[in-house]
Amino acid sequence: MAPPRNRRPGFSKRAQYSIFASYLLGILGAVVGLLLLLISIFDPQGFAVLRTIGAEATAPVSKTLAEVGGATGNAGDNISAYFNAASKNAAMERELRSNRIEILEARALKQENERLKRLLDLDKEVPDAIGMARLISSTSSSSRRMATLGLGTTDGILIGQPVRAPEGLVGRVLEAGPTTARILLVSDSQNVTPVKRASDELPAFATGRADGTVDVRPINLGTNPFKGGDLLITSGSGGLYAPGIPVAVVIRKTDTGAIARILANAAKVSHVIVQPMFQAETVAAIKQEEIDRDDAEAEGGE
Amino acid sequence: MARPYRSRINRQPSQFRIKFIPSITVILGSMITALPLITDYPILPPIGLLVLLSWRLIRPGYWPVWAGFPLGMVDDLFSGQPFGSAAFLWSLVFLALETLDRRGVGRDYWQDWLIASLSIIFVLICGMLIIDFQSNLLRLEILVPQILLSILLYPFVTRLIGTIDNWRVSI
Repeated sequence: MAPPRNRRPGFSKRAQYSIFASYLLGILGAVVGLLLLLISIFDPQGFAVLRTIGAEATAPVSKTLAEVGGATGNAGDNISAYFNAASKNAAMERELRSNRIEILEARALKQENERLKRLLDLDKEVPDAIGMARLISSTSSSSRRMATLGLGTTDGILIGQPVRAPEGLVGRVLEAGPTTARILLVSDSQNVTPVKRASDELPAFATGRADGTVDVRPINLGTNPFKGGDLLITSGSGGLYAPGIPVAVVIRKTDTGAIARILANAAKVSHVIVQPMFQAETVAAIKQEEIDRDDAEAEGGE
Repeated sequence: MARPYRSRINRQPSQFRIKFIPSITVILGSMITALPLITDYPILPPIGLLVLLSWRLIRPGYWPVWAGFPLGMVDDLFSGQPFGSAAFLWSLVFLALETLDRRGVGRDYWQDWLIASLSIIFVLICGMLIIDFQSNLLRLEILVPQILLSILLYPFVTRLIGTIDNWRVSI
């Protein structure tokens, strides 16, 4: 590259001033950028509207391509399945036999569970889905872990609602536009999920590490009872997530807790389900009960 | 071929192309995150930044010093970073490149690549530290694949931008 021309404007005052002014504007741009950054750090929702406009503008492209990608994304898996087909088949037969027994056991447990639940009248607490959709894009070039969902406020999505896949918890709604919503994934470093160990209900916090794993810290500091293979499920405290959604499996112990791999890998789940906020559901259920009781008392009084 | 008659002399390149193609390509590069690539890992190179650096190094003097600010703001809309992060970092990169250009020494292609690589590393690492300084300082290694991919992709982006630039000024 040759050295650029017009760097030394000679004696022309006008040219000198215009170079000086463009420098000043450049510095001003950096300063204003820093101010915007500080504002958005102290008030993360401040520019949500602008980002929502961006997401809405690109949503048609994302949605169309996501449909196509869903059809072709598995091609590699399908082809590779032909290799080792015989040995795989034998292994699968064995697995199937052992699974069949487990399924029968599970069915019995399920029946028992339903019977006990009916006794306790707990059926109302299980929240149903608000909507099911595909994740259409994600912030794959930034270290924030967020994804865009092809549903928005017109489908009843509200900020804060938990998002899950059949495999486990995916995240929660951070910003909602008319037809798109931004999901803060469990693996985002700003996302703290209250969890408990499935085996003994040991409470802990899971903080994202931006690489598909979470940092697990027990609430009772000083103890570190985790070991590899522990299943972590949501504890329901905080009122956002319903209790019992699988979150992660511990892969190794650290000094202060453990590192766990997230079960619902956002890159692999095909569809996600948006659920109502757990606490809102409970509050509504309690209110309904109170109304019922008042009605019953009123009827009894007459 | 039935082409409409065009004057053979005194032709002018299209002013629209001259003025707007660089910005349009940078914005399209920033919009790359709209593709349905769901990753659990920051791996996609910051294409908007790569395109911007290519233009900046192919055509020094085309962009004013302050151009990093508006283009960075557009990138912030799509990248998921805190708003203002790219506006700030890209402005700093532009100030540094402008200061470098003022030295008036000719550069070759390898030096351009080195400058672009350093800018990419600077923007990616600062972008991660902006989000959460304390805990991310110890975890910078998760950026290594993205940084390597971005540096290796830069020559291809420059090729593409060079082709677009030829078309932009052609008459």
